[in-house]
Amino acid sequence: MLDARIPSGPIEEQWDKCRFEMKLVNPANRRKHSIIVVGAGLAGAAAAATLGQQGYQVHCFSYHDTPRRAHSIAAQGGINAAKNYRNDGDSISRLFKDTVKGGDFRAREANVYRLAQISLNIIDQCVAQGVPFAREYGGLLDTRSFGGVQVQRTFYARGQTGQQLLLGAYQALEEQVAAGRVTMHIRSELLDVVIVGGRARGIVTRDLVTGQIDCHAADVVVLATGGYSNVFYLSTNAKASNCTAIWRAHRRGALFGNPCFTQIHPTCIPLSSEHQSKLTLMSESLRNDGRVWVPKKKGETRAAKDIPENERDYYLERRYPSFGNLVPRDVASRNAKDVCDEGRGVGPHGQGVYLDFADAIQRLGLDTVREKYGNLFDIYERITGEDAYTVPMRIYPAPHYTMGGLWVDYHLMSTIPGLFVGGAANFSDHGANRLGASALMQGLADGYFVLPATLPDYLASTALDPVDVSHAAFTATKAEVKGRIDALVAVKGKRSPDSFQRELGKIVWDDCGMARSDAGLRKALARIPKLREEFWHNLRIVGADDELNQALEKANRVSDFLELAELMCIDALQRTESCGGHFRVESQTPEGEAKRDDANFCYSAAWEWKGSGQAPALHKEPLTFANVPLSQRSYK
Amino acid sequence: MNLTLRIWRQQSGHVPGRFVTYQMKDVTSNMSFLEMLDALNEDLLAREEPPVAFEHDCREGICGSCGFLIDGVAHGGQRGTTVCQLSMRFFKDGDSLTLEPWRARAFPVIRDLIVNRSAFDRIIQAGGFISAPTGSSPDANAILVPKEAADTAFDAAACIGCGACVAACPNAAAMLFTSAKITHLNALPQGQPQRDQRTFSMVAAMANEHFGSCTNHGECEAVCPKEIPLEFIGAMNRDLIRAAWHRHREPLTIPGVVQQPFHENTEIEAERS
Repeated sequence: MLDARIPSGPIEEQWDKCRFEMKLVNPANRRKHSIIVVGAGLAGAAAAATLGQQGYQVHCFSYHDTPRRAHSIAAQGGINAAKNYRNDGDSISRLFKDTVKGGDFRAREANVYRLAQISLNIIDQCVAQGVPFAREYGGLLDTRSFGGVQVQRTFYARGQTGQQLLLGAYQALEEQVAAGRVTMHIRSELLDVVIVGGRARGIVTRDLVTGQIDCHAADVVVLATGGYSNVFYLSTNAKASNCTAIWRAHRRGALFGNPCFTQIHPTCIPLSSEHQSKLTLMSESLRNDGRVWVPKKKGETRAAKDIPENERDYYLERRYPSFGNLVPRDVASRNAKDVCDEGRGVGPHGQGVYLDFADAIQRLGLDTVREKYGNLFDIYERITGEDAYTVPMRIYPAPHYTMGGLWVDYHLMSTIPGLFVGGAANFSDHGANRLGASALMQGLADGYFVLPATLPDYLASTALDPVDVSHAAFTATKAEVKGRIDALVAVKGKRSPDSFQRELGKIVWDDCGMARSDAGLRKALARIPKLREEFWHNLRIVGADDELNQALEKANRVSDFLELAELMCIDALQRTESCGGHFRVESQTPEGEAKRDDANFCYSAAWEWKGSGQAPALHKEPLTFANVPLSQRSYK
Repeated sequence: MNLTLRIWRQQSGHVPGRFVTYQMKDVTSNMSFLEMLDALNEDLLAREEPPVAFEHDCREGICGSCGFLIDGVAHGGQRGTTVCQLSMRFFKDGDSLTLEPWRARAFPVIRDLIVNRSAFDRIIQAGGFISAPTGSSPDANAILVPKEAADTAFDAAACIGCGACVAACPNAAAMLFTSAKITHLNALPQGQPQRDQRTFSMVAAMANEHFGSCTNHGECEAVCPKEIPLEFIGAMNRDLIRAAWHRHREPLTIPGVVQQPFHENTEIEAERS
């Protein structure tokens, strides 16, 4: 059933070969084809702008008030590219190898190689658009090291790389809007995908201001709707980030790839109150100079400065002498959880570890530390009210990114013909763990280069009957969407959408978060359907569906998280190995590290929706590693 | 702490709004301002009253979604801080706060504290870009950018498009926003070929959107969460003169650029048809 359509031949030539073999659409015929792009983040805006430039009729949808708000904007660190401007031994092959290994051998080699190749073009493209990357005094681009790799390949724009890349894509998009080649539909949220004759031919949306449900028909549909970390409720994702688009597509037949692969980022500001609405990331770069520690004694009540050196446990330096505080994200996160579970966590709720800059300040001087990390220390103080120059920062891991997403083939097409998926919404390139500065790279690779090459091939090689919104499939799908909205409004129970999302998030965080066990996952799988049941009987929304109603928007998104959470746990339960961010407590090395099981789990899991209340069906895409030999990661 | 909130409630742009007073109890100092409003909304929902609509997303001060006036000050008065990053520890027990949406003719109210800022997108459409079709770019290091130019471009590009500058300006001018984008692109070598047209066109678009003119109050700079400096407005004005000098043409007719004022109702109808 799963055909990944990987081109034959040596990996270095596959993308070129694929591009040569793909069919083209004559420039004069392009305006006859309509394309729907849902989402206007890096992948969506880049795809919409590029397809508009090529001459297609593009309709781009965003639930924000302007495409510049997408959550890509919050990425801090940078974007990788194998430019080798530093002459430090970087190459496409090395970026490819680092990404495959970083993903703990659970990504498709062909896609990752293409990503590494395209990384070069992305930087060129962004510079031409005027993205203000950091520069050396000679006017050349500056790079820095990131994410534990051994070369300096990360291009950056201070701590706001995501913002600057998104603005570049947004500006290119607005240029196409002005030219009349892209129509922007703002404050418009996708609620379903319409399938006609087995192909994706349109979408149903809700206007978030008037509540009107609209149908839109096109020749092909692209989803670039981001990740689903908000299934944990507390995450570093923006509040509106949700899984609705990919989940509704999943229910229409798109297989969901590796839903349990989620990334927990080690350096976030800990939870401070029960009212907290989200978690804030502090750049990973802080671990370059900060030392992570907790008290040796359980239930320590003294302030950090009163704990003498010999009563502190610098646990990362102790357990991983060669990598120390710079172990990869998944390892750092798991260790923080372990020490907190032992009762040695710090801060008001015991859910935190110290990240101490006292030594760095002594070694480098206050001014140097301020210059390097000043803006991060400011953010920290703004949120916590503490001065990290005098007391150690407190950090704790938080859900940050989801490697899972809709299963796509080499062309980024899902299992529904005509439904393409780009950026974080697909499952493709990061395997079981994403390396730092790779999300921006993948979003832009998909948006600027892959989708604008593969979509035309689909259009040129497919006989598409004319379809408009009067088709019965649109009427039926619209009626279903309307029915679901009416059902949400009609529950008239007692609990708010937020309270359900909070409770669901706690379940998923406790049992499908940093450490997963058979018993825990089974417990979660028992609790989630009950909560879902309660949701549909005890939800309260005030107001109507024909006005701007933020509670209704939330409830609609929560209703999908309640279904996705169950699939995450099912996926985590079947994968009894540990790999990357997926840590099954039953599968550890004697030292307590993640232990992969390549004999049984060297595949991507792709789940098929079988209907409400039915168990989903598992399809497996076997993964082969012909270019990077399978090996166990070690950071000791 | 306990607070009294006077909040602007308006169900839609078609009906008049009014202030409604709410008592907030048990606010803790480690909540953010928006978390305090979340708590208010949970209370309202429990009482079956419609929650207060306010825009927000990243809650890290970068997406630009949030923003309203607290006691008449955009984003609440902490320098360089969006309202989503504003902590309740800056307030004290018994405070009485007035919350209202951005007030500007170009930003019509949609509901409660939410306004329509699409005029900003149309200013960008008029020229806030560098035309570089995907695939046509030279090697990234083929374009040398002096570090100072790159830094200036970055300082200007830090704008998050929240609209606080317009709300704070007595004339509801969008000069700080527009000048930030013009400065970002005009400072870079890549931006030179379209420099004059960009400047003309964006200034014209700004004028067509019912924004006022700058009279050097500097309120915009004071409330800007990204601390975009007022000097960029001067840079924009200099670029406008430079462009007029270069072109020897009537500045306000730029071929190929839509410069009609925007009417919200017509757009919504057009989308439906």
